[in-house]
Amino acid sequence: MVPFAGYEMPVFYEGLIAEHKAVRSDSGAFDASHMGVLEIDGPEAHEGLQLLLSNDLDRIGPGQAQYELMTNEQGGIVDDLIVYRRGEESYLVIVNAANRENDVRWLSERLPTGASLRDVSDDHALIAVQGPGALARLGLELAPSFTFAEVELFGVPCTCARTGYTGEAGCELVCAAESAGKVWDAVIAAGVVPCGLGARDTLRLEACLPLHGQDITPETDPISAGLGWACALAKEFTGVERLRAISAEGPSKRLVAFVMDEPGIPRQGMPIVPDGEVTSGTHSPMLDNGIGMGYAPAKKSKPWSMLTIDVRGRPLWAKVVAKPIYTSSRKYTDRQGEW
Amino acid sequence: MAATESYPVDLKYHREHDWARIEGGEVVFGITWKAQDMLGELVFFQPPAVGSTVVKDGAYGEVESVKAVSDLVAPLSGKVIAINEKVQSEPETINADPYGEGWLVRVELSDPGEAEALLDVEAYKQLLVEE
Repeated sequence: MVPFAGYEMPVFYEGLIAEHKAVRSDSGAFDASHMGVLEIDGPEAHEGLQLLLSNDLDRIGPGQAQYELMTNEQGGIVDDLIVYRRGEESYLVIVNAANRENDVRWLSERLPTGASLRDVSDDHALIAVQGPGALARLGLELAPSFTFAEVELFGVPCTCARTGYTGEAGCELVCAAESAGKVWDAVIAAGVVPCGLGARDTLRLEACLPLHGQDITPETDPISAGLGWACALAKEFTGVERLRAISAEGPSKRLVAFVMDEPGIPRQGMPIVPDGEVTSGTHSPMLDNGIGMGYAPAKKSKPWSMLTIDVRGRPLWAKVVAKPIYTSSRKYTDRQGEW
Repeated sequence: MAATESYPVDLKYHREHDWARIEGGEVVFGITWKAQDMLGELVFFQPPAVGSTVVKDGAYGEVESVKAVSDLVAPLSGKVIAINEKVQSEPETINADPYGEGWLVRVELSDPGEAEALLDVEAYKQLLVEE
């Protein structure tokens, strides 16, 4: 067990690699109850969030979810989060555990008086069930990605969202904290493999989903991070002028995904020589190879570009690849023909 | 898959959780059960070159798990005469059999007298208790 954002969490249950492969081949369950859960509603909730979040909330209706960056005046990323639109003026917002207090303060100081925010994190548990077999294991019908519904599962009322952090199909279940044990036990009894923080990190990195605090920070912007698709630059929101300028000029560095071309495992903080840095690195259980993401000069950011990574004094070749590096339905090698 | 905890009596131990099996003028190095347990599932072994010199208490290579990297510390000095290629291709062998199939390198000893400074199994177990 390791302390993580004030929670004691397991790095693995039986073994990180087996847990990782279970999610890619069938299903795995993650206790993500550490995540922050916020409720925002009121007559000005929609308009208020539109001005604080990067994506266009007019593009989703009740029952739909959207990935967002919350940006500062410089276009830096305060947090990345998912909003779930419950009604015209009612939202559920799930934020990173480590940023929860800061996010609550940030939003409270900026939302209009006609929007009220409640931090209900401590009342809720979040259990992610991920993998190509996840929904079938739970007896849930297939539903489009980034939708959600209120359901009763194992006798417990849950918000069931078709979202996740692994690059696989599956769902995230938000339920009352006191029912979490019941849901967790039922999920595991359905044959879903319990997974720890370790597999959560390797899965999201193979899928090239950024981790706030590493790949994206208040000092990095969404355009350079390859998250321009989640920025509605035509609308007004905090930092949008700067993001429009970066988009127009083209960023000087980009967050690239890479696969090591030589034996070695890249790690966070290692230099990309001569001008860049690894922001996340690990050993990919599916490729059995070192992989990572990091900021590299824009001219070296296209797939097939070769990077040199300083792995504790050893300069090793790495190859930039298209994202995602690996999910069960998409692998970078599948798309070689497109390069 | 993982081995059960054990510390063979015929080995010498270094306090950095490395072991040495002395065989005449040669020695085999590996990491202890405790070391592989702390690191977790090993996925990478960076060996020294055959013919290179290793120095007692100095790093001679690296092992990595998915989450962590660790230097390999040479319990004794000498010249590397063989590396375990099976461990290079299947690092998880170290987890499965840290004292057998999971050996790392074979070294020709330059100063066999250095072994006196190493821990025997009782002293090493005591160290684990104290840590």
